[in-house]
Amino acid sequence: MGWTNVILQGVLIGGLYAMFAAGLSLIFGVMRLVNIAHGDLIVLAAYVALMVTQTLGIDPLTSLLLVTPVMALIGYALQRGLLNRTLGDDLLPPLLVTFGLSIIIQNGLLELFTADSRKLQAGAIEIQTFQLLQGVWVGLLPLIQFVVAVAVIAGLQTLFYRTALGRAFRATSDDQAVAQLMGLDTRHVFAMAMALSLAIIAIAGVFLAVRANFDPSIGPARLIFGFEAVIIGGLGSMWGTLAGGVILGVSQAIGAQIDPGWQLLAGHIVFLVILAVRPQGLFPKVSG
Amino acid sequence: MPDPLLEVNAIDAFYGDFQALFGVSLRVEAGQVVAVIGANGGGKSTLLKCIAGLMSPRRGDILFDGKAVGGAPAFEVLAHGIALVPEGRRLFPSLTVEENLLIGGQLRRPGPWTLDRVYELFPVLAERRHLPAPSLSGGQQQMAAIGRALMSNPRLLLCDEISLGLAPIVVRDIYARLPAIVAEGLSLIVVEQDIAQALKAARQVYCLQEGRIALQGKAAELTRESISAAYFGV
Repeated sequence: MGWTNVILQGVLIGGLYAMFAAGLSLIFGVMRLVNIAHGDLIVLAAYVALMVTQTLGIDPLTSLLLVTPVMALIGYALQRGLLNRTLGDDLLPPLLVTFGLSIIIQNGLLELFTADSRKLQAGAIEIQTFQLLQGVWVGLLPLIQFVVAVAVIAGLQTLFYRTALGRAFRATSDDQAVAQLMGLDTRHVFAMAMALSLAIIAIAGVFLAVRANFDPSIGPARLIFGFEAVIIGGLGSMWGTLAGGVILGVSQAIGAQIDPGWQLLAGHIVFLVILAVRPQGLFPKVSG
Repeated sequence: MPDPLLEVNAIDAFYGDFQALFGVSLRVEAGQVVAVIGANGGGKSTLLKCIAGLMSPRRGDILFDGKAVGGAPAFEVLAHGIALVPEGRRLFPSLTVEENLLIGGQLRRPGPWTLDRVYELFPVLAERRHLPAPSLSGGQQQMAAIGRALMSNPRLLLCDEISLGLAPIVVRDIYARLPAIVAEGLSLIVVEQDIAQALKAARQVYCLQEGRIALQGKAAELTRESISAAYFGV
């Protein structure tokens, strides 16, 4: 049953990768902005959660009630105050500005919190496990994390296709000028998308920080995982993003089982193979 | 003369260094249909873009119901009650027909136009409400684009080249619905290359040539000769 366990762990961590990816894919879909600071914003969310849990003495999962709206507000302000000014026909300015933002966030966190590794303590829930099948054990926390990831993806899917805000996102993505003609203030629509992206980042950041140690420098690697999950799944498909995260997680788990040094390498190799064989991703959005 | 609903006073508009409009003035009374005709590149679409808020005129002003709207962004202009049916229809391709209409109505301005009323005006849209917008024929897409603009319950509707790329019989069919739209108290500016259609639909006609008003008058009083002179500048 060794391999069953390995694959199951890979699937569960894939949920976390899908959450890294969902916000990234949302922003690219709505405004063609590649957010290089995405990973660092995840780490920022982890530090915000660290401050909240230490100040209020609440557990990390409860702290989400505060961290999520705070991050969403930061996202709205970031878009209105900075990123909207970089958007235009050229893809390069937002790329450069978010790259700069990434460096600023990393160094800001380094100044405030030092380079020490931190971790959020969730208490007994961290080590609780139960037996799923004979010989197959699941940790409660990874399971919660996966269920939350599926809920986030399902929620995004519903929001996109069943609500007025989702309609505004899709219309703005299709044609900004006509969206304005229909009474949509695209600056506000973009800011709402960024707020939503950072709300998802908050959830991902807290689960990341409960699961493993973090320090100010680990953002860019999370960005890579997010990118890889998006590309594997295919741009523009939320369930594809979940599948992409799961494939990445399983690849890494299998790699690590063969040789602990191969964990990240196996993920990158699977990503490269899929990119080479099927550059549109496994589940691209069906057009028309 | 009553106060006009829309008053465009001597506007100049530019694309970079290229001047597209030279001191263009135009008036639309409440309930009136005005046609703007002219050859390609005459500045017709630019004029509509300035009125709808997609472009800012560099000089001159635009008054809507006495309020200055020149240079305001499009989403604010729409809130005042000016809606544009853009050239080439430009429906949102990833939205269904009904979602396109709902986007048009999302400001919730009160008025006679609702989903049901639009479906009544264009019954074919009701049959295809759940299909993606690009699956409609050209004429149906034009109906959807008009319906989408009506959903905002505008007081002034701007129609840019409704007949573009459509079969004459479809164009006639769409123009036949315009009186029903005007009957709800709307004013209309139609920009057309199809002069016969424009003269039939409108009471007042302006002809734009190379960014200037070359001719204006009552549709009934303009002769074919004066129009072709203004059109071609001969």
